[in-house]
Amino acid sequence: MTLLSKPLKLSLWQLRGVKVALHGVILAWLLVTFYAGINDNLGADPVKALIHFTGIGALNLLLLTLLISPAARYLPAPALMRLRRMLGVYVFVYAFVHLLTYISFELQFDWSLVVSEIIKRPYITVGMAALLLLLALTMTSPNRVRQQLGKRWQSLHNTVYIALLLALLHFSWSRKTGLQEPLIYWGLALIILLPRLQNFRTRRGKRKN
Amino acid sequence: MTKQFKPSQTFKSSDITDESVFAARRSLLKSMGFLGAGALLSNSASAGWFSKDKPAFTAKTLEFTRNDTLSTDESMTPYAKVTSYNNFYEFGTGKDDPVENAQSFKVDPWSLKIDGMVRKPITLSYDDILQRFALEERVYRLRCVEAWSMVIPWLGFELNKLISFAEPLGSAKYVAFKTLFDPKQMPGQRNPFIGGGIEYPYVEGLRLDEAMHPLTLMSVGVYGKTLPPQNGAPIRLVVPWKYGFKSIKSVVSITLTDREPPTTWNRLAAHEYGFYANVNPDVAHPRWSQASERRITEGGLFSQNRIATEKFNGYHEVAPLYTNMDLTRYY
Repeated sequence: MTLLSKPLKLSLWQLRGVKVALHGVILAWLLVTFYAGINDNLGADPVKALIHFTGIGALNLLLLTLLISPAARYLPAPALMRLRRMLGVYVFVYAFVHLLTYISFELQFDWSLVVSEIIKRPYITVGMAALLLLLALTMTSPNRVRQQLGKRWQSLHNTVYIALLLALLHFSWSRKTGLQEPLIYWGLALIILLPRLQNFRTRRGKRKN
Repeated sequence: MTKQFKPSQTFKSSDITDESVFAARRSLLKSMGFLGAGALLSNSASAGWFSKDKPAFTAKTLEFTRNDTLSTDESMTPYAKVTSYNNFYEFGTGKDDPVENAQSFKVDPWSLKIDGMVRKPITLSYDDILQRFALEERVYRLRCVEAWSMVIPWLGFELNKLISFAEPLGSAKYVAFKTLFDPKQMPGQRNPFIGGGIEYPYVEGLRLDEAMHPLTLMSVGVYGKTLPPQNGAPIRLVVPWKYGFKSIKSVVSITLTDREPPTTWNRLAAHEYGFYANVNPDVAHPRWSQASERRITEGGLFSQNRIATEKFNGYHEVAPLYTNMDLTRYY
């Protein structure tokens, strides 16, 4: 069962167009929001607003990235796969800006506090671990590195699911009460992860036989 | 060389930005939709993205005398920020939910009961609340447990006047406070997803000597006018040396008792929020340091300065209330 009668194909120029548009939207959004923060147009506390914007932005982008391969397979629209790496790298960009905002504007470069908070506060430790995973995935995303890694590349990049779970834990843990928007994100993550878990099981079953 | 342009008049940004513009920008950002699914959720509690803004609550001008001795001269947090960045989970857990969801909140008629271990229980009406006691303006620091702070010019009267009026019995040791419970008006009390799943009504408490301290204020106004609903209209507690969550909003009852009363955040997470909740840089919240705070003032991203947090939020005159008490244990 597929949604489209014919696989969706994109010409080279169409693909480039989509990429340029995505760059525009994702980057411009980040810049416009920071510009608003600098000019005090981001509510009473621009620092908290930007920390939330970049954190939730990274999560949204991560979920979007993880939707690419099921969409490519089931629509079917194999051309979408050409967009996955770019989106994935933006997940890291947003997450990294999230950390930079926290260090520079929330803690204002009080480095001893930065270090002690990352070590002492479990929810920040967990967030940091997710970011380091994303860093590893970003650094191994150029084609050349991918070829060098061979089969190990896929196992490394499967840790993106661990990064997702760590990021969600970080998000939930940062809240003062439990019944809030992180619940919605856990739900979305479950929807994205469950079919993959089944795939993983059947594949392992085949290997045994 | 060209001549440099010099404006004939200069404005500060605070002179220019109108409150309504400030509010409109926030809703614009929200409607851009990138604040995530969470924004969708909190929006469902309000009128929705495409409806016109509901009319804002009208605040009345109040008469008062300024108390300079008990006021700080640090620069104040602008009115627009004081009234748009609030923790009032009855109207939603987001900082800007209360300003959006509370505008039609009814403050008149109101009834505030003072009862329990008192000789003369009394009930104050809305007019009593504003008129029974002479109002003072006091500029206090407000330190939130989330490590941000503001400087706010409150209008109000000392709680000790109210309590003395009711004549407390010798056996009274504590004071218990309660916020209005009205799920029809308060979406967070109707729907645990909007209210963060905490138990309502919100309750707070003080030891009687803390309640009688001259710094402890019952506030009915801010910036010369009656309190907007998001700040706890028509009457709220202000205890400047304790974390903000102690300063309970929209109070309907004050009960004197001989037992330590339950308090909302302590009930939810006792290891994170104690009964005393005195501002203390040496006792960290389990999830973040309390050694410093970010002062929310006028200006954007580059004006939000991190400053050291002082013990008792700098109100050292309350220290004698806690002699011989281990404040690490009684946090």
